[in-house]
Amino acid sequence: MSGAHSHGSTVGSLVVGGDSPVHRLAPEAKVVALVVLVFTVAVTPRTAVWAFGVYASLIIAVAVMARVPARVLLSRLSVLTPFVIFAVLIPFVAGGETTDVWGLSLSVEGLWAMWNILAKASIGATASIVLSSTTTVPDVLAALTRLKVPRVLVSIVAFMLRYLDLLVQQLGRMRTSMVARCHDPRWLWQVKPIASSAGALFVRSYERGERIHQAMLARGYTGAMPDLDQRSATAADWVRAMVVPMAAVVTLVAVVVR
Amino acid sequence: MHAPDGFLEPGVAVATALIALVAIAAGLRVAGRELGDRQIPLAGIAAAFIFAAQMFNFPVAAGTTGHLLGGALAAVLLGPWVGMLVVSVVVVVQALLFADGGLTALGYNVLNMAVVTAFGGWAMFRLARRFLPRSASGVVGASALAAGVSVVLSAAAFSIEWLFGASAPVPFDTVFGAMVGVHVLIGIGEAVLTGLVVGAVMASRPDLVSGAADLSAGERAERGRVGMKPFVIGGVLATIAFATVVSQFAVDNPDGLEKVAIDQGFIDTAQDHAFGSFIFADYATSGVGNETLSLAIAGLFGAAVTLAVGFGLFSASRSGRRSSGAAA
Repeated sequence: MSGAHSHGSTVGSLVVGGDSPVHRLAPEAKVVALVVLVFTVAVTPRTAVWAFGVYASLIIAVAVMARVPARVLLSRLSVLTPFVIFAVLIPFVAGGETTDVWGLSLSVEGLWAMWNILAKASIGATASIVLSSTTTVPDVLAALTRLKVPRVLVSIVAFMLRYLDLLVQQLGRMRTSMVARCHDPRWLWQVKPIASSAGALFVRSYERGERIHQAMLARGYTGAMPDLDQRSATAADWVRAMVVPMAAVVTLVAVVVR
Repeated sequence: MHAPDGFLEPGVAVATALIALVAIAAGLRVAGRELGDRQIPLAGIAAAFIFAAQMFNFPVAAGTTGHLLGGALAAVLLGPWVGMLVVSVVVVVQALLFADGGLTALGYNVLNMAVVTAFGGWAMFRLARRFLPRSASGVVGASALAAGVSVVLSAAAFSIEWLFGASAPVPFDTVFGAMVGVHVLIGIGEAVLTGLVVGAVMASRPDLVSGAADLSAGERAERGRVGMKPFVIGGVLATIAFATVVSQFAVDNPDGLEKVAIDQGFIDTAQDHAFGSFIFADYATSGVGNETLSLAIAGLFGAAVTLAVGFGLFSASRSGRRSSGAAA
C-alpha cells in the first residue's frame, strides 16, 4: 500500500520550459495534431521498421524544439513499465516459428509483437508527454471546449484537475498523521485505516465541493467557465501544428504504396 | 490495466471506441437528466477522488502491483451512469496528460475500466443486495462483492478483446489465465478497499451513497458487527476456489510452445475455416489445440460479461426511473 503511482507528478507542474514555438501553438491545433499523429502510428504495419524510425525522429525533434528535458521525458515514460515487461515476455510465451537469440529459443512472431507494442506505445506516450509538457491545463480545457467536446464532460475534467492536487495533498496530510500515530501497514489486512481515511477523504471532498459550488454560484457561475483567452487557432497555427502529423501521414502512405 | 498504443489491432480499437462512445453518449443523456449544475462539480470531485485513489498501488503477488480501478466504487457512490462517466473522464485524462494508456487504446481502456466495471459492478451490487440484509452492512458487503467481481469481469473483457484483436501470437487461454488469475488477487484488494470506503461514507454521510438510496434512515444506521476476520477468510476461500478453476483450465489446454508442430499443419487447414480466421485474430486461437473449446469458453465468458453489463444497464435504467418518479 505504499509508493505513489508512477504518474505521481501533480497537475500544476506538468508544463516544463517557459516558451518555445511548441508552447505558443494554439492548444486545439496541438490536440488535433497529437491525435492524428498517434492514429497514424497505430495503423502503421509493424514490419515497416524505417517508418517508426521516421516517427520517432519527428517526435524527438518536436521535443527538442519544445526544450522538454530528456530526464523529464524519461521519468514520465516510466508509466509504460508494466507493459514493457509484458511485451518483453511475449517472445517467450508466444507460439509459431522460433529463432535463436543468444542461445534462447524465441518466437519470431512474438519478437515482432514485442517490437510492435514497444514502438507504438513509446511513440504514442512521448507525443502525449510533449503535449502535456507544453500546454497548461486551462489551455487543454479551452481546446476541448473549442473542439466541441460536450460541456458536461469538459466541466467534469475541469473540476477534477482543479481538485486533484488538493486531494493528493490532503491524502498526504492524512498519511502523515497516521504515520505519526505509529501506522505502518505491511499486509493487505492492515489496510483498514487507509481505506477508512479514503472514505473520510471522499466525504470531506464532497462537502468541500458543495461549499465551493455555492461560492461559485454567488459569483455568477452559469455552468461553464468563461473562455478568457480568446486566442483561438489561426490558419497559421493549424499549418504549423499539422506539419509533423502530415509528415507522418506521408510516411504511412509511402509504406502502404511500396 | 492502462493498455498503451498498439496493444490490440486497430480493428478492435475502432470497434471498442464506437461502443465506448455510445456508452458515453448514453451516459451523458441519462446523467444530463440526473446531473443538475449542482452535481457537476461533485462529479468532478469524485473523478479527482478516483484519480487519486488510483495513484496508490498495493502489492498483489511476485512483483505485480494493482491499484483501485474504482468503477464499482463510483457506481455505488454516484449511480452507474454518472459513475461510468466519471471513470471514463479519469481514463481519458490519464491518457491525454499523463501518457498512462494510449490515445488509440482509449476505446478498450474506457470499455474495460469504466463501462464494464461500472455496469458489471452495479449488476453484482443489485444482485447481492437481494440476498444481503437491508442495512448499512448489507450495502457495504454488496459493494465489496461488486468491486471484486467488476475487476475480474474487466480482465475477462480484456481477454475477449485479445481473442478478436491480438497483436501477438499468445493464445487466448494463456492471456485469459494470466489476466483473470492476477485480477482475482487484485479483485480482493479492490473488494476490501471499496467495502471499507463505502463503509466509511455510510458511517458519516449515508445520503451520499447512491446505492443505498432505497434504505430508510433506520436501516442506514443498522450496522452488523462483522469483523475483518470472516471478511478475509471468505475472500481467501473464494480466491482458492476461483484459482483452482482457472488453473485447471489453463493446465488442461496444451501449451503454445509445445504445439508448434501441430500448429503448422493446423493453420494450413484453418485457412478454409472462415469463422476462425475471419472473426477472431489468428494469433489468439492458433496455439489452442481445440479451437471449438476455446471459442466455447470465450463465448461463455463473453456472454457472462455482456449479461452482467446488460443487467447493470437494465437495473440502472429501472432504478433511475423509480428515483425520478419518487422525486416527482
